[in-house]
Amino acid sequence: MTAQTARIGFGDVRELRGPLLVVGDVDGVGWDEFATIDLPDGSVRHGLVLEVDGDLAVLQVLEGTDAISPGGVWVRFSGRPLQVRVGPDWYGRVCNGRGEPLDGGPPIAGEPRPVAGWPLNPTRREPPREAVLTGVSVLDTLTTLVRGQKLPIFSVPGMPHLTLATQIAARATTAGEGFRVVFAGMGLTHADIAYVRDRLEERSAAGELVLLLNAADDPVIERVLTPRIALTVAEHLAFERGDDVLVVMSDMTSYAEAVREVAAARREIPARRGYPGYLYSDLAGLYERCGRIQGRPGSVTVVPVLTMPAGDITHPVPDLTGYITEGQVVLAPEVAARGVYPPVDVLSSLSRLMRSGAGPGRTRDDHLPVAAQVLAALARARQAAELGELVGVSALSETDRAYLAFRETVERDLFAQGTDEGRELADSLDRAWAALDVLPRRELTMLPAAMVAEHLGSP
Amino acid sequence: MELSAGTVRRVNGPLVEVDGLTGVAMLDVVHLGPERIAAEVVGLAGERATLQAYEYTGGLRPGHQVEATGDRLSGLFGPGLLGQAFDGLLRPLSGAPVWLTPDREVGAGDRAWQFEARVSVGDEVVPGTVLAVVPEAGPVEHRVVAPAGVRGRVTWVADGPVTVTEPALRVDDRDVALAERWPLRVPRPFRERLSQVVPLHTGQRVLDLLYPIARGAAAAVPGGFGTGKTLLLQQIAKWSEADVVVYVGCGERGNEMAEVLTELALVPDERTGGRLVDRTVIIANTSNMPMMAREASIHSGIAVAEYFRDMGYDVVVIADSTSRWAEALREFANRTGDLPAEEGYPATLASELAAFYERAGRVVTLGGRTASTTVIGAVSPPGGDMTEPVTTGTQRFIRSLWLLDRDLAYARHYPAVSWNGSFARDADAVGAWHAARGDPAWRSRRATTTALLAEADRLASLAEVIGTSSLPAHERVVLLAGRLLRDAVLQQNALSGNDASCTAAKGAALLGGVLDVVDACQRLVARGVAATTVEETDLADLVRVREEVGPGDAEGVAQRCAEVLARLEELA
Ligand SMILES: Nc1ncnc2c1ncn2[C@@H]1O[C@H](COP(=O)(O)OP(=O)(O)OP(=O)(O)O)[C@@H](O)[C@H]1O
Ligand SMILES: [Mg+2]
Repeated sequence: MTAQTARIGFGDVRELRGPLLVVGDVDGVGWDEFATIDLPDGSVRHGLVLEVDGDLAVLQVLEGTDAISPGGVWVRFSGRPLQVRVGPDWYGRVCNGRGEPLDGGPPIAGEPRPVAGWPLNPTRREPPREAVLTGVSVLDTLTTLVRGQKLPIFSVPGMPHLTLATQIAARATTAGEGFRVVFAGMGLTHADIAYVRDRLEERSAAGELVLLLNAADDPVIERVLTPRIALTVAEHLAFERGDDVLVVMSDMTSYAEAVREVAAARREIPARRGYPGYLYSDLAGLYERCGRIQGRPGSVTVVPVLTMPAGDITHPVPDLTGYITEGQVVLAPEVAARGVYPPVDVLSSLSRLMRSGAGPGRTRDDHLPVAAQVLAALARARQAAELGELVGVSALSETDRAYLAFRETVERDLFAQGTDEGRELADSLDRAWAALDVLPRRELTMLPAAMVAEHLGSP
Repeated sequence: MELSAGTVRRVNGPLVEVDGLTGVAMLDVVHLGPERIAAEVVGLAGERATLQAYEYTGGLRPGHQVEATGDRLSGLFGPGLLGQAFDGLLRPLSGAPVWLTPDREVGAGDRAWQFEARVSVGDEVVPGTVLAVVPEAGPVEHRVVAPAGVRGRVTWVADGPVTVTEPALRVDDRDVALAERWPLRVPRPFRERLSQVVPLHTGQRVLDLLYPIARGAAAAVPGGFGTGKTLLLQQIAKWSEADVVVYVGCGERGNEMAEVLTELALVPDERTGGRLVDRTVIIANTSNMPMMAREASIHSGIAVAEYFRDMGYDVVVIADSTSRWAEALREFANRTGDLPAEEGYPATLASELAAFYERAGRVVTLGGRTASTTVIGAVSPPGGDMTEPVTTGTQRFIRSLWLLDRDLAYARHYPAVSWNGSFARDADAVGAWHAARGDPAWRSRRATTTALLAEADRLASLAEVIGTSSLPAHERVVLLAGRLLRDAVLQQNALSGNDASCTAAKGAALLGGVLDVVDACQRLVARGVAATTVEETDLADLVRVREEVGPGDAEGVAQRCAEVLARLEELA
């Protein structure tokens, strides 16, 4: 957060409600202005203007209103929206959710930029094209990440989503080059934070990591800001310095809860499950900041991580996220129960940009048909497994039993992998072929006959 | 009353209240503050006006000046629309800066256009007369049509190139320019609505064979995230038989818009000899652009469509997604404190939806040409819940419903159009149209197919309880038929070189062929061949043929089906 030159201040606090502070008798205060709030004990908090009405201004207080009483409070408005200083100084730094150093270093220097950013002209976007190889077989083969994409991980508490997210962050390459990583933690436990720092140690040591951490016991409203700071910093590093930046944001459910808390305090009419109707636009304002720009190097690739309350994918946070992002990677307890890491439920997972990032001239000629065939076969295997549970596996047709055998092979030889293991894409695709060989040839209808002959020989 | 200036009193995001504005009317456009942000009047009470602002209102504060313009929210319609992208208020995006800040300058366009007059001095013109064409506007002939109210004798024609706003001709003493200003929310007039049904070929088999749409009708595509709404709409934008396509990206992804632009520029348009992008107007108000311009974008799209309709074209308007538009309505209504109806949506939701879909139609234009505006809207139900207000409200105003099914999509069956809940109210009339054009079997193929699909679904759930092997042979063949129809006919990969689009002839051959194969299988089991033998016959050739022959190769399909039939005969 930048030091703001304070203009005039106002002290007539009329109301405190939840995270909101209403100050009266103000003049010249604009909507969405950033403000500094001085408390009688000399401490300072920060706020954003949510509404101005005549001489009243309503602020949301980022650190919360705990222990504030109306008397002796002084609100100074900055005359502009909240800004953050951007630049390469961010690399190697660890900050709190408001961007203030936690590592004992000096405040970050650089140009100030508004944290809300500006919409990117869609006609100036470069459609994402280059595959990002993560070394994780199931992702690279079936849900290929593409440079400039937004691809979330949907998980449930207790699943290894941070392991997967950090594995991606540590290993991902595009055209042989690694990524710079901006990690925004929201509502993470201290144990999770320590784990993330440990997993990304190497990137950090190389000065290629930015950490913004809002812990579970940090102020809730501050979380509204954390991803915006992360993305503002990332946009600058990517589009003005030309870096390939991967932004990991976890946990977006905690973020959305902070948004809901503000909305509730404002007594807004909720849409679903108490979340405000604008949650879609709010989340889109974050996720849409990924991408590439024509004629410029650099990219912002976003991997939001969220936990689905009660594993419910129709909950507003995963649902709205899915409506904005370019696919999703879903982790499922059933798959984890079969002992598979990463426990990706491949049928509900999808990378929508894979079609432009994988295939001839990008990865391998057989990549897209192989992925389509593996998925089609898994869909059929799922039906066979459900049927088998009801009527007994021995009552299944030979074809159905072949599908079950296929699923076992593909999970064991292709999907399961070590938490630090990286696999070449060629190796992954060959494993996929080996698994497909378990099926009768007549079942391989998604693959051109010539391709089957080339990889599996004549039957 | 004189137009007046007022002052800002309250700012709450896009909702702005203003004091002292007199002489303004509902839906007038006003300019706010030093950046002159555009806003529309949506409420008036005494001296207090409620405004809906079309840009980010950060920094706007009580006391800032407000200026009335006396105009409605309108756009400039003329040459230069096709092949270009615009924002929700119809301001050019192609050529605008990388970052869209509210203060960006929008030039009126000072390009001079050469035009060929189609009338001479002394000619009588009425609204709808083609006055000129503008050859440089692209391969779709750009016709300058006499606007409503222009009637009389041509008194002057400019002899050189003119900009879109300069006078190009004069009718009596009224100047007519190449471009026309028109309020976005007002439907353009036409002579009469036509009711006979002419199908719009979309190139997507599941639609053309099972759930067709008529020219000038409205259709909706509801589906949870990732079920394939956008891809289906993009396929229609690419391959449908329209003369002009207006693609409205309403609150959706920036990358998708960039991709539509890039891809359409690569595909040649066989109808005009140009590229597909040259018949397309893109309106992009992505999810991170100002929310209220999203609300306007739908109206901008349909106004552009009506403009081309009035030149005599069949136009398709695609809106992805109407739910984001409805959310913008809700967002604003909530801020004004209106009493919400269902799920926070304003009580006016249904009438807003009607106003949009009812602008679809096949008409005789003022100039006497037959033309149409077909409207196709995506609907994004929260949580995939098809009982939510936008989905249910929309169903009342459309003729075709293409319901996308999450299970089909998860099984990678694309397009994931469900045969369970989708409908086409004009299917019978479309059948009659096909019959009149030499394909009387269209109707029976459709009926057989929907019946087989439904029966296969019923048997599949039965088989889950008792096991497939306990079903009688003819029912096992129905299960096989369901699989063949799904895999060999209904699936269509948008990325495929051969199968991304499909002509009516290839579609008919494919469906006819598969139904013949199903009949042959039924005959085999009736003659005592074991169901297992039939099931394990290699029919991969039949499933692959849609991919292996060209988009119009009905012959190739028929030949392949004949080979498969011959092989089946050997089983007997
Ligand atoms: N006809 C098709 N052929 C091939 N792939 C398809 C087809 N339809 C959908 N898909 C796949 O499904 C993905 C999601 O499709 P799409 O983007 O159209 O979904 P959507 O319904 O618009 O989702 P959202 O509501 O989130 O925008 C595509 O990226 C593609 O991978
Ligand atoms: Mg979509």
